[in-house]
Amino acid sequence: MDRKEAQRWVAYSTPLQRLFVRIGVLPFLLVISLIVFTTLSARFLTSENLITVARQATYLAIVAMGQMLALLTGGFDLSVGKIVAITSVITALTMAPLAAAHPDATAITLILGILAGVGAGTLVGVVNGIGVAIFNVSPFMMTLGTATISFGIALTLTSGVPVYGIPDAFGTIFSFSRIFDIPSPVYVTAGLFIAMYILLNWTRTGRYFYAVGGNLKASRLSGINTRFYLFMAYVLCGALAAVAGALLTARLQTGEANIGASMPLDSIAACVIGGVSLRGGIGSVGNVVLGAVFIGLIQNGMDLAQIQSYLQEVVIGVLLILAVIADQLRQFVMLRLKD
Amino acid sequence: MTVPTPILQALTVSKQFPGVLALDQVDLELRAGEVHVLFGENGAGKSTLIQILAGVYSPTEGSLRFRGQPVELQGVHHARTLGISSVFQEFSLVPTLTIEENLFLGAELTNHGFLDKTELHRRADDILKQLGFPLRPRQRVQDLTRAEQQMVEIAKAFRTDLSVLILDEPTASLTDREAERLFAMIEQAKSRGVGIVYVTHRMSEIHHLANRVTVLRDGKRVATLDVAEADDERLLQLMTGRVISQVFPKIQYRPARSLLEVFGLTTTDYSVRDLSLAVRAGEVVGLAGLVGSGKSVVGRACFGLERIASGHVTFDGRDVTGRSAREMLDLGAFYLPPDRREEGLVMMRSVRENVSLPWLAARPFTRFGFLDRGSEQSKVRDVADRLNLQPRNIEHDLERLSGGNQQKVLLAKGLVSTVKLFILDEPTVGVDVGTRVAIYGFIRDLCEGGAGILLISSDLPEILHLTNRTYVMYRGDLRAELEGAQITQDRILANFFERTRG
Repeated sequence: MDRKEAQRWVAYSTPLQRLFVRIGVLPFLLVISLIVFTTLSARFLTSENLITVARQATYLAIVAMGQMLALLTGGFDLSVGKIVAITSVITALTMAPLAAAHPDATAITLILGILAGVGAGTLVGVVNGIGVAIFNVSPFMMTLGTATISFGIALTLTSGVPVYGIPDAFGTIFSFSRIFDIPSPVYVTAGLFIAMYILLNWTRTGRYFYAVGGNLKASRLSGINTRFYLFMAYVLCGALAAVAGALLTARLQTGEANIGASMPLDSIAACVIGGVSLRGGIGSVGNVVLGAVFIGLIQNGMDLAQIQSYLQEVVIGVLLILAVIADQLRQFVMLRLKD
Repeated sequence: MTVPTPILQALTVSKQFPGVLALDQVDLELRAGEVHVLFGENGAGKSTLIQILAGVYSPTEGSLRFRGQPVELQGVHHARTLGISSVFQEFSLVPTLTIEENLFLGAELTNHGFLDKTELHRRADDILKQLGFPLRPRQRVQDLTRAEQQMVEIAKAFRTDLSVLILDEPTASLTDREAERLFAMIEQAKSRGVGIVYVTHRMSEIHHLANRVTVLRDGKRVATLDVAEADDERLLQLMTGRVISQVFPKIQYRPARSLLEVFGLTTTDYSVRDLSLAVRAGEVVGLAGLVGSGKSVVGRACFGLERIASGHVTFDGRDVTGRSAREMLDLGAFYLPPDRREEGLVMMRSVRENVSLPWLAARPFTRFGFLDRGSEQSKVRDVADRLNLQPRNIEHDLERLSGGNQQKVLLAKGLVSTVKLFILDEPTVGVDVGTRVAIYGFIRDLCEGGAGILLISSDLPEILHLTNRTYVMYRGDLRAELEGAQITQDRILANFFERTRG
């Protein structure tokens, strides 16, 4: 398709098609899935169910925001799932003995547990950052390596069994409590979203993430410390995944080494459906959260429509590929229009 | 003297693409043993013409004659069997295979259905030896330098009996000394009676290599000249359709205090040796030389991008040897890289983000630790207006801008802050005349506004008409420093090449 054809396409395209070129595929997917699942199940479009979707989607949304940073800089992070796991295990292993020894000091137990867990998860991100930014290891190998290491450590620490003994207050505060009928994890996610939005749009650091991923050499020539920002992308990605791991632990009430296995792919899927470029430099955090919500929505909808969980995997895979193809089509038309 | 018979002729060839007439009744005649340069701006039709000669496209109108006989090329492969081979800027090599495997790719030698590796090796070795290339057939292509890969590509052309060799801007991405080796190879092919079509927009290469030059403009052939008649002014005038005085502004030089001083600079890879130069405020200093003369390395070394073995660099009175890009920017020096896509711009981001990128840390772009997008916008919009950027919307991503406007954005990066010294490396590469004139106008404004400018350029007229002082480099050494009326084409060219060539 050359420019003329593209112009002709615009001349004859329907308003709907033009809207697609402007806003991308995600809003359409959201609307379509809402309609489909509403017709499939009467329970779908109830406020209670939508709140459930929001809570379920929070964990993925947080991880996806971190994943987005890695993608923006032109890499990706395959270790986010195991960061969730090791955070869960360390959080539980810190809290359980403290809670047993000092049953009255719940607040301190929770704070220390969260700090230890999130710290451990973030540390994995630091290692990723050092490998990618300083030693130029490819993000694929680096994060695959740390994923295996983290998983091994988590399994060794727990012998593969869930860690019990977390104070109930942890689950109550960070998972089950509601303010104005909205579950607490949703507030945490909203807070992180606002912080990410400000970081990416209103600070130098955010701007540099885009620039470094868009053209590393040009960024270096513009006086940017490219290694530092590459490093920071993986650290922040690790920290966000760790926060998700802590929240998930509050939800499960146990420390588990086996959680988060689908996080790497789901988070990349959420980003890509949300329009983040796999080549780096492009993406908006709002759409990434919407992408995560979309994935949560179809999982929930398929549950309600009693679609087997194995088959759900197939549907998500197909949707991901379709979203990428649709996005490429859109880029193609946009590029050739040049106003 | 009889006129040699042409090997390849294009007769009133036209090529219509949807919406564009890329070539309009162009004639071209290539003789055996000559280097025929195709010269013109981007979009003048050079690539379309060579793609027709190479069999990539078939002409919409007109015909080709090969050794006097009409011929219709069925494709690149067909052309190659006739002995017409082309080396485009995009190589057709498989990097993970060896040289010999690449040379015979698609024409492997077999023995009872199995690969005859011994024979393949022997023949590949023969070809490389004949051409005098310092390559071993079993080297992997990915381990070779760009020039060596180009040699493999050329050797591939020699696999069959070669009579026409088409080279598309072969020096575009060659560095140190690689270009010289290529030129030697071309001389050799010439002496064997090969006719060479050579596409370039670098005038210096024309004087070095060409026998004849055909100038194209807007898809039409403007003229075909013997190289003796093709002086730069004439070529530029033919290429742009304008007289020199309309292209180059008159600059009032007011050399003041010294800004940049380089003493005895030698880089760790010896691509620059013991070089000293100085740039003062209020002047435009040229740095001329062939591709690979090391002139680009000088600019990079001053900006902390090359490793310095010895010597030192001072800027505005302080020693800045080996300082990083960040420090140089903060001190008020700006470097414009020669390849905007590779090192200059973040193509998928907006004009605004690209222009402000080097300066975000300081006011007015950052306030209380947060970006001040309002003043960023107004600042960038001002510069976009001054440069007459098209389209004016600074939120467009760069992919959507023309090459000329992209180049303006690259220059704009140096205009939103107080910059005392501009190091411009090939500032007008691959842009149209309109942009060229605009950029030259800016160089004048900057110089008259008291900035110092180091203009690194392979474009001879640029050096001749814009600089008040010029250094000429040859193979990493400083050959000459010319001032004022001394800056003439002859004097510069005399220093471009081996002394023995006169």
